[in-house]
Amino acid sequence: MSNRAIDAKGLVKRYGSTIAVAGVDLAVNAGEVVGLLGPNGAGKTTTILMLLGLTEPSEGSVRILGKDPLRQPLEVKQEVGYLPDAVGFYETMTGRENLAYTARLAGIPQDLARERIGAALDKVRLSGVADRRVATYSRGMRQRLGLAELLMRNCRVAILDEPTSGLDPQSTQELLALIQSLSQHGMTILLASHMLNVVQSICHRVALFNKGRIGFIGTIEELADRIGGGAFVIDVEAEGVDLSTLSARTDGVKSVVPGRRGHWLVEANRDVRPELARLVVEGGGSLRNLDLRRAQLHQAYNRYFAEVGHDA
Amino acid sequence: MTRKGSPFKGAMTIAMKEAADHMTSARMHLIMLLVMLSATGAVYGAIGRITETTAEDPFLFLKLLTIAREPLPSFAALLGFLLPLVAIALGFDAVNGEYARRTMSRLLAQPIYRDAVLFGKFLGAMIVLAVALLTLWLLMTGLGILFLGLPPSAADVVRGLAYMAATLAYAGVWLALAIAFSTMIRSPATSALAALSVWLVLTVFWGMIAPLVAGAVAPIDPLDPMTMVTQYETQQAIARLSPQRLYGEVAAILLDPAARSISPLFFDQLQGAIVGAPLPTLQSLLVVWPQLSGMVAAMILLFTLAYVAFQRQEVRA
Ligand SMILES: Nc1ncnc2c1ncn2[C@@H]1O[C@H](COP(=O)(O)OP(=O)(O)OP(=O)(O)O)[C@@H](O)[C@H]1O
Ligand SMILES: [Mg+2]
Repeated sequence: MSNRAIDAKGLVKRYGSTIAVAGVDLAVNAGEVVGLLGPNGAGKTTTILMLLGLTEPSEGSVRILGKDPLRQPLEVKQEVGYLPDAVGFYETMTGRENLAYTARLAGIPQDLARERIGAALDKVRLSGVADRRVATYSRGMRQRLGLAELLMRNCRVAILDEPTSGLDPQSTQELLALIQSLSQHGMTILLASHMLNVVQSICHRVALFNKGRIGFIGTIEELADRIGGGAFVIDVEAEGVDLSTLSARTDGVKSVVPGRRGHWLVEANRDVRPELARLVVEGGGSLRNLDLRRAQLHQAYNRYFAEVGHDA
Repeated sequence: MTRKGSPFKGAMTIAMKEAADHMTSARMHLIMLLVMLSATGAVYGAIGRITETTAEDPFLFLKLLTIAREPLPSFAALLGFLLPLVAIALGFDAVNGEYARRTMSRLLAQPIYRDAVLFGKFLGAMIVLAVALLTLWLLMTGLGILFLGLPPSAADVVRGLAYMAATLAYAGVWLALAIAFSTMIRSPATSALAALSVWLVLTVFWGMIAPLVAGAVAPIDPLDPMTMVTQYETQQAIARLSPQRLYGEVAAILLDPAARSISPLFFDQLQGAIVGAPLPTLQSLLVVWPQLSGMVAAMILLFTLAYVAFQRQEVRA
């Protein structure tokens, strides 16, 4: 067996004359966290539904853990947890009852389910309100209840559609920590989101959806590199020199953007800190700081979509 | 395509949850209160008429269900009219309600087939209907014992139970209709209205519509007496498209052992028969067999319609 958790080839989905997904190939390795990005209507949710077998692809094939979600739906759904965007629960039932119901549907024995539900509710910090009706829950609490369901199900693959929408910053951080701990336990995670900092902080790779296709898939560094920026972003603070003109000629430097007074953001496809230091010193300036940063997803993202253009 | 695992895996879980939901919902409490009150009224009226006239009837407890005292209809007629409402209340938002609450995609992402959702919903509501009907019947029998001062005979009980089973099938038709609408119409309010419209047409107006249509389809030729028979038969056929009519015929035969036929009897059919002699229960069942199978067929047809629509449906709301 290969360690491919998700393997989709040539996925197409047509709704009448509209083409929601126009040919998507997606391969995700076991244990990976992959972010699905892209403007509204780009086809992320539709792709997710096809991966789960909840929507039949017009063309193409899907393998999840080596199984076909259309031919072996129960086996696939047993292994895959799904948190839909704007997840709903039965309002007149308590949070705990809602989880108990899905546990029964998933065929988890009652004692084991009770144990796992308790642990999952603890983990998402809902134990205190677990016996209140869901009608009284806030949006973030529902979102966390959805995550508790995934924890309780104990799946090998989790597919999350905009799990952080509507969460306050603290809950977002907690949710990220949770997702990260799932990943550390070996769970494969697919995450659609519009919050680029969220994606940047937990995803190993990103897939950029544009008009029903994946325009790019890879690490953020690869993305930055590919769209003409650089994988290496260096924050330079110096006095007495104009770095914009000086460093433009240095080999490997892709761009220099002046920031606040005395600050420059240099993008390069390799670590050019030694060269920059030499330039500043040789130019008669004084160097205050050289800070190597990861490429920023939001910059790369914006640049990518400025380049390919999109009409959402 | 081979499918592993039963398509019914999880159906029982869903049915039990649905049944519990219904039993605790204010909607159900209200409508059952309405049914209980009017049923009690109808049976109480029947008791009055029975004690006024004679008590020399071997099937007194069946009379409880069929005798009407103005202005109330009989218990059987009342059920024929009100039971569809109960079934519609149970089914009108079965499927679209899951979309409205945004629980559908989460539900279908569980390791179950779609079949289980629809079967579970249907089964859950049928369980509730069966429990409600049984309670109702026991209550009415209790009322009878109390006021008539004697227990029901064995024949009373057997026929009563057969009648209750037929009533459940009748309710099933309306439940399947409501679920079909809940599958095909996205808004619960609209699907409720659609089901209620069908109910109104088939229970209230059908009696007027059937002769009109029959008159147009099979006009009477004054020179040909057979055309009168043709028109009558056409009218009967059209009238029987309404489940309420079928149910009425079933109730009339099952609850009245002396009744031998649903349509007017021709003289030769009566030859050799002792008028007024009770028919064995099995014979009565045979007489209404076409009506019973008609109701079951309608139920299966409507359910299949809902099933096909649901299987092809996009999960996303
Ligand atoms: N049932 C449907 N019928 C017709 N078109 C649909 C249907 N469902 C989705 N679409 C179309 O498919 C396209 C892709 O939608 P999708 O929901 O996959 O986008 P998305 O990337 O998830 O967007 P968002 O970021 O807003 O969630 C959209 O143009 C949408 O209008
Ligand atoms: Mg989406």
